[in-house]
Amino acid sequence: MTQVANQPARVIETRAKRARFTQALTPYGFVTPVTALIMVLMVIPIAIVIGYSTLDNVIMTPESEFVGLQNYVKILSDGTFYIAARNSLVFTVFSVLVHFVLGLAFATLLNTRLLSPFVKAIFRSLFILPWLFTVAIIAVLWRMLLNPNGIINYFLISSGIVDVGVEWLSSRSTALLAVTFINIWAGYPFFMVSLLAGLQGIPRDLYEAATVDGATALQQFWYVTLPQLKPIIISMMILDMIWTSQQFALIWLTTGGGPINATEMLPTYTYKLAFSTYEFGLASAAAVIVLLLSMVLAFFYVRHQKARD
Amino acid sequence: MKRTKKAYERIARGWVLVGLFAGTIFAGFPVFWMLSSSFKKNSEIFAYPPQILTEGFSIDAYLVILSDPVKLRFFFNSYLVALSVTALTLIVATLAAYAFSRYNFAGGKSLNLVILSVQAVPPITLLIPFFGVIVGLGLYNTYQGLILTYMVFTLPYAIIMLTAYFNTLPKELDEAAKIDGAGPLKVLTRILVPISIPGMVSVGTYTFMIAWNEYLFALTLTRTEEMRTVPIGIQLLMGQHSYEWNEMMAMSILGSLPVLLLFLFFQRYLIGGLTSGSLKT
Repeated sequence: MTQVANQPARVIETRAKRARFTQALTPYGFVTPVTALIMVLMVIPIAIVIGYSTLDNVIMTPESEFVGLQNYVKILSDGTFYIAARNSLVFTVFSVLVHFVLGLAFATLLNTRLLSPFVKAIFRSLFILPWLFTVAIIAVLWRMLLNPNGIINYFLISSGIVDVGVEWLSSRSTALLAVTFINIWAGYPFFMVSLLAGLQGIPRDLYEAATVDGATALQQFWYVTLPQLKPIIISMMILDMIWTSQQFALIWLTTGGGPINATEMLPTYTYKLAFSTYEFGLASAAAVIVLLLSMVLAFFYVRHQKARD
Repeated sequence: MKRTKKAYERIARGWVLVGLFAGTIFAGFPVFWMLSSSFKKNSEIFAYPPQILTEGFSIDAYLVILSDPVKLRFFFNSYLVALSVTALTLIVATLAAYAFSRYNFAGGKSLNLVILSVQAVPPITLLIPFFGVIVGLGLYNTYQGLILTYMVFTLPYAIIMLTAYFNTLPKELDEAAKIDGAGPLKVLTRILVPISIPGMVSVGTYTFMIAWNEYLFALTLTRTEEMRTVPIGIQLLMGQHSYEWNEMMAMSILGSLPVLLLFLFFQRYLIGGLTSGSLKT
């Protein structure tokens, strides 16, 4: 202290300035690694793919020509693109709705006060199971279960619902239904876990007040539970829409988009353009369209999150 | 009055149990069937009528997988990549989360928003340019290429979750350490990290799961058999001329074990962390 006191005021001031400067720089030091990674592996690649989407025969030939929006015009006038978009929409909407309904039903069951916490914990672990398997495993498992000679067809035949084993994944009329069902099975636990946490966060006295007012269980669910869960439900639905519409591996490993485009979706359509037909310019245009669709959803997600805070 | 309430509760409990058992069959039966099939002979997989325990019950399918050096290599690769991604993600995310939680800095809000929206970027959009970037960096068909790639998908979530976690810790803790002369890095490593172990475990587990499960980039950014991971290995089994279902199921069980065990051990942290992270920004 005495040393400091003996120094000229100018020196102390420079030191304080330097300390403030270092302090101001500190947070930037901490975020440098993540910023560098996001620049190299996110921002630059997105710029590249947008660039590619305006070029002809990109990657495959060394001299590719700038063609403006021509690739987009080609994609948007391709019938398969609309089939893929329609299938993606059906797949996403049904998956998200059933994820929500199943997730809420299971979460409500798991939130019961009629069973001991230990019993509930066991059921909760069982209900989470599908979420713990990787997509490749889910695909191979369901290919076995849905095989014409598989266990599901056995149950359906022995209960008289169908006469002969159905080729669920390779028949045009059932393939989309089948992949949607598999995706529903694989994805509801995330919804369930979030909604369960939400249910546990609803103050007990809200229900007590409703009971005093003479509300039935159904009314309580409609007027207390659902409104209280609404912010979580909206968040989860938007997130799930983003993820489900981007699902590639499950479709690729069960049907590959077939038979004859019956389960073609935007990600598989884009992948095939790039890695089956090597039309990287067209594929990039499709990839940018998929990006824009996701960004619209992300915009709603962020806006909703902001409104909640 | 009391008796009717009790009777009502008994009936309600009965219905709840019916619902829970129905859910258990829906969620658990496919998994149970996977386990059961992994112990069958391949000729018994589609036996009519189906059997849970067959005459051919054996662990042969597991022995086939575990004695094949190519498949063991898939497992080694998956462990190496997933563990590296987990360690690196935790380090990078902890540093960033510390900055977001404890400093108000110009550009911080925008950077946070970028990180948040990165989560919504479709993997398929990145696939085409990534190929070029990874090849350009000389990382095609290497572990480093996969590890760097996966971090783009694990970091946003990890940063959001850890920032939320750090925000719950009182700032007085840092102040006390700072008065004792500790620099920011020391405050982070000596004070915040040790008391954030539950958050770290949950983020780490989730990160490991993402890396262990990844398929699209593993498929595209590696080429040779000795660089493939477990999800691709399972697909390669499917691509063989004859389907060895029992081996595929055994490999699926083995491939799911790490995640199942992690979940079993860290269930409590994971469920808590998961919900707080995904819903709060």
